[in-house]
Amino acid sequence: MTILQFFLWSLLKVAVVTVVMLLAVAYTVLLERKLVGRIQNRWGPSRVGPFGLLQPLVDGAKSFLKEDIIPTGVYRPLYLIAPIIALGCALISIAVVPFGEPVSIAGSPHLFQISDVNIGLLVVLGVTSIGVYGIALAGWSSNNKYSLLGALRSSAQLVSYELALGLSLVGVVLRAGTLNLRLIVEQQSTQGMLTWNLFGGGQFVAFFIYLMAAYAETNRSPFDLPEAESELIAGHLTEYSGFKYALFFMAEYFGMCALSGMAVTLFLGGWQAPCAFLEVVPSYVWFALKLLGLLLGFIWIRATLPRLRIDQLTRLAWKFLVPLALINLGTAGFWIRSAGWAGPLQPLRWAVALALVALPFLLIGRKLTAGIGPRIYRYAAP
Amino acid sequence: MSALQGCLLFSSALFAIGLAGALTRGNAILVLLGIELMLNAANVNFIAFWHYRPTPAPALGVVFVLFAIAIGAAEAAVGLALIIALYRGQKSIRLETATRLKG
Amino acid sequence: MNAVLAAIALLVLGSAAAALALRNLIHSALLLILSWLGIALFFLWADAEFAAFAQVLVYVGAVSMVVLFAVLLTRQSRADLSVTAQSRGRAAAGVGAALAVAAVLAFAVLRTPLPVPSGLRSAVTVRQLGGELMGPHAGALLLVGVLLTVTLLGAVTIAGAGRLPPDGKDQP
Repeated sequence: MTILQFFLWSLLKVAVVTVVMLLAVAYTVLLERKLVGRIQNRWGPSRVGPFGLLQPLVDGAKSFLKEDIIPTGVYRPLYLIAPIIALGCALISIAVVPFGEPVSIAGSPHLFQISDVNIGLLVVLGVTSIGVYGIALAGWSSNNKYSLLGALRSSAQLVSYELALGLSLVGVVLRAGTLNLRLIVEQQSTQGMLTWNLFGGGQFVAFFIYLMAAYAETNRSPFDLPEAESELIAGHLTEYSGFKYALFFMAEYFGMCALSGMAVTLFLGGWQAPCAFLEVVPSYVWFALKLLGLLLGFIWIRATLPRLRIDQLTRLAWKFLVPLALINLGTAGFWIRSAGWAGPLQPLRWAVALALVALPFLLIGRKLTAGIGPRIYRYAAP
Repeated sequence: MSALQGCLLFSSALFAIGLAGALTRGNAILVLLGIELMLNAANVNFIAFWHYRPTPAPALGVVFVLFAIAIGAAEAAVGLALIIALYRGQKSIRLETATRLKG
Repeated sequence: MNAVLAAIALLVLGSAAAALALRNLIHSALLLILSWLGIALFFLWADAEFAAFAQVLVYVGAVSMVVLFAVLLTRQSRADLSVTAQSRGRAAAGVGAALAVAAVLAFAVLRTPLPVPSGLRSAVTVRQLGGELMGPHAGALLLVGVLLTVTLLGAVTIAGAGRLPPDGKDQP
């Protein structure tokens, strides 16, 4: 198609995805508040509209109308650009995720993907590295030493977990042989659910490493030390109010959606239905359902687990996730090389792969938690 | 002047800018940044020649650039560690004051 | 096509020159990030997509972060961020040397009869890159791996995290 047609179609896709994602983010906030509330045995927001469904509108109006305080002494250019960097990087990650099966409209094929680059996976890793700047520059430009400390701690956390994120994806790339996200999804379709990378592709461990790294990359509980109110005030977000704070907030939720979208694409088969006869449901609905499932996971973990300290965070990343991801890489290589083992060697293949992954997991886990015994509570004398 | 020559002039200019910065500034970090610019100029050179290559050897230029990027990053890391150690010794990172071998 | 190349070159050279001439270290670091992004754009223009995103990942994502950390960790007050002006003679000598090198290189570039490419060049896929890295260049790849590991250990040691005081007890 001509350049003009390509441009117009891309504009349409961008508009649709932006609107849908904005609505998704707004209602994810509401979903989170209600779910966290129910887990804590209380209702979430329930006054505005039926079941609190109009709450996002009210929240949006509040953040627009709140007084926008810019402290004196901030370094204005970076102070204003930092939330935009954070938001932009999350949006670019969404741009390469395939949402549905390619359809053909009026004879020419159209992808449910804003941009189909040959190195889609590398684009996501690259913009994740740039997203760290949103936080680091916000902290530095705020003219507040607590913001700077919080931002530096957050940058250290993000950089450590970026490594685990990238390494856990190499197994998927090994199996697919390409970095193109559309081809990775299509490659998982040979037998329905059983060949999704999570199950038949042997990336079970990689999925969980990726999930933990994703929780840390989006600064979500239990890794939300940088923005927790009881820690360094609010870290890099201290001096932000009103709409700029809402932008950071949205960037965090967009990041959640982007990384969950990547997890769905790489591990859960993207837009494919689990079994052949369920394909009556359109592909983007399956994508949305899987995305919703992962978002529920994010929210559930936030409501359940206590926060990790910064040294526990970085210890988890460097001493546990990165070695496990490297071992997973070796196991994925073994798995693919031994794909030719037939007959009675198949259980042996499974056993070796499981042993290669489970033994280091147990050994490293034991070594890291050695000496941390059960607590001894001493009560006051009666 | 063909496009290839344009790219090579671009990389020569970048190299010269990096060299000027490395020779002129007295702050250790800026000298290191100048050196990184020179490395990047060499990478630009490689990719320019790769882009206008004859058809065989399809990936050699990019492989070279990947190695160069990795080594440049390693050198930047060690250089900055040295700068931090220098700061610990003399409490400033001006290169003019780094005149003694001790510390 | 040449207009795009000229624009990218202008971006890179302008931000690099500004980065090395400014007095404020943080401004220099940020302008250099812009310059590295410009170089990544050049790689994209030249159809080397993998190299472009490797540049973004490594330089913009990692090296710049280390530079910013180093700048923030090696100052004692906010005033230390400004760099004092050099003596005129030294600056002139440095710029003169750089101009001489640039002149020599430009002369070499403009006088050499460079070959004109003929025929279509296919883009290189990641699979080809992987095959090339693991095939003919496997030794170099392993060496670079060892180099990076040694660099990591060396940088951590030099920056002081591995130092023990003379009595051998670990620092608190």
